[in-house]
Amino acid sequence: MTTTTTPQGNPPPLLSRLIALGRCQLLSLNAFAVSAVGSLVVGALLLLPIGAGFPLLPPAATALRQLSDRYRAWVTQWTGTPVSPPEPLAHTGTGSRRGRAAAVLGDEGFWHDLRWAWLEPLVGGLLVAGPLALVDYGLFGVLVQPFIWPFIGPDNWYAFVPVDSAATMLAAAVLGLGFIAVGLLLAPTTLELHAAWSSRVLAAPRTAELVRRIEHLTDTRADALDAQAAELQRIERDLHDGAQARLITLGLTLDKATRLLDTDPPAGRELLLEVRATSARALQDLRELVHGIHPPILTDRGLGDAVRSLALDSHLDVHVETALPGRLPTPVESAAYFAVGELLANAAKHSGAREVRIRLAHADAALHITVTDDGHGGADTSRGSGLHGIRRRLSTFDGTLALHSPPGGPTIATLEIPCASSSPKTSSSSATA
Amino acid sequence: MRVVIAEDLFLLRDGLIRTLQDHGCEVVAAVDNSPELLRALRELEPDVAVVDIRLPPTFTDEGLQATLAARRERPGLPVLILSQYVDQLYAHELLAGGQGAIGYLLKDRVTHTAQFIDALRTVASGGTVMDPQVITKLLARSNARGTTADLTPREHDVLKLMAEGRSNAAIMSTLHISESAVAKHTASIFTKLRIEPSADDNRRVLAVLTYLKR
Repeated sequence: MTTTTTPQGNPPPLLSRLIALGRCQLLSLNAFAVSAVGSLVVGALLLLPIGAGFPLLPPAATALRQLSDRYRAWVTQWTGTPVSPPEPLAHTGTGSRRGRAAAVLGDEGFWHDLRWAWLEPLVGGLLVAGPLALVDYGLFGVLVQPFIWPFIGPDNWYAFVPVDSAATMLAAAVLGLGFIAVGLLLAPTTLELHAAWSSRVLAAPRTAELVRRIEHLTDTRADALDAQAAELQRIERDLHDGAQARLITLGLTLDKATRLLDTDPPAGRELLLEVRATSARALQDLRELVHGIHPPILTDRGLGDAVRSLALDSHLDVHVETALPGRLPTPVESAAYFAVGELLANAAKHSGAREVRIRLAHADAALHITVTDDGHGGADTSRGSGLHGIRRRLSTFDGTLALHSPPGGPTIATLEIPCASSSPKTSSSSATA
Repeated sequence: MRVVIAEDLFLLRDGLIRTLQDHGCEVVAAVDNSPELLRALRELEPDVAVVDIRLPPTFTDEGLQATLAARRERPGLPVLILSQYVDQLYAHELLAGGQGAIGYLLKDRVTHTAQFIDALRTVASGGTVMDPQVITKLLARSNARGTTADLTPREHDVLKLMAEGRSNAAIMSTLHISESAVAKHTASIFTKLRIEPSADDNRRVLAVLTYLKR
């Protein structure tokens, strides 16, 4: 029901095979470019000892990276599997020519690219040449042989067919059609093989990927710990200034009221009424605190109904659609709930919207939420600390928030949080507030 | 009045029993979980039940679920739900049947004994009682949307009390105004909001709530 990343409906088989063939052609032509740039880089390396290589190497390495990035993009686009890119090239900063060239030489990704540049024409280029050769030779048999055989002597062979009469010419044409068919049949598989090969050679070295992952985890863990500490501090302060303070006042007032009961019963009674009011306020403080920590309705009913409850609290017309399995992990539910709350509050405060649509779905092992309002748009992620807070909170789960808010609206916020669901059963419903 | 109580905390259950007995109610059963509550509702046919929303075994909204189930079986079964917090979604669910004989109050309202017993009697006699917090939120929403913009501040006060399920007499004493003033305000509210006036108290509450929920 919401955004998924599966490819849009497949084109008819013949068309998709032709597309695959076209891509093979593209790759085989690019193999020359790869080989040229690869040679350029090697040239630059060879010129290093005489100094001429220093100014040459960084631009050559950049060109190589651009080319390898183009291949990565193709693989991602054609197969849907992202190829993790290496770290950006190290030379992009300032510094002397020597320093920049040295930085390139010390870059693991650069050597990776260079290895690829030498292997790709030999492996990838030859691989995609297979179906191309079949189709081209087939075309030759079908389109060219019929016209040239009368002018060529008896030694005219098409594959294993000696083309020297109309009959053998027809046989050659049929054989040519067969070659074309086989080429077309093989094209998609070849392309898949090429993609598998490319993603193997082009993917960032495993260590680079792990280093990146560790950096990300370190950052988000620090953020999570900070957020948790801040949260605990807030709770402590709220308790101290709120309920605790009220209970102390309560004790003092009770004490005074007790003394007054003998001497001035009406005044004592007045104080007791005050005690009642204070205790009610203390309870209210605690209630709000509990709601801020973990809203009870989230415990009771899970994310779907908790968002419906938010919708009922909002002053806007909020429509909620859910397609969620039984329950999601508690921390995910909580993060999603507060994120939706923040987005709703933003819509009410800044967007001038009247209507909001919220969709919750669980697909591809992730929770997908879209919040769409019909306001005037132009929302800026960098503006609100609220949005920043959502992002930070989501990043602990490797979750993301994307905001699409062109001037004039509508504003569409898309949240994705990878998570498993606790039960495969899907309950689907919708409600309007 | 024959009352069934469902509350899992012993202290609160005990306090409720005593409060109710002090006000001449007969507590025919005091249970601490929802299966027993359902059995008591079926077998003892009380005039009204006082139910804590959070009960064992799951400690979520068992009390609410049991109430909704019992009322599906016997529409209009009078139940007053008590909770540590009120949620608009739960209020909507309880009001959804439109049958009345339902109450939804914060737990601390029981400390205002007289008002609490009043509310219990209203529910027992088929009326609807909603916690002031539910009504405050509904009114805030209506105000923000401009659907109650035509009302005077005094009419707002009266509307709030009407929506909570208070009788004219209760509105008189709360706002310190005369009976004729209450009648004048309510008539004016009904005209301005284009709600069909009704002599029946419960129908009046439901009409006001339906308007505010829009």
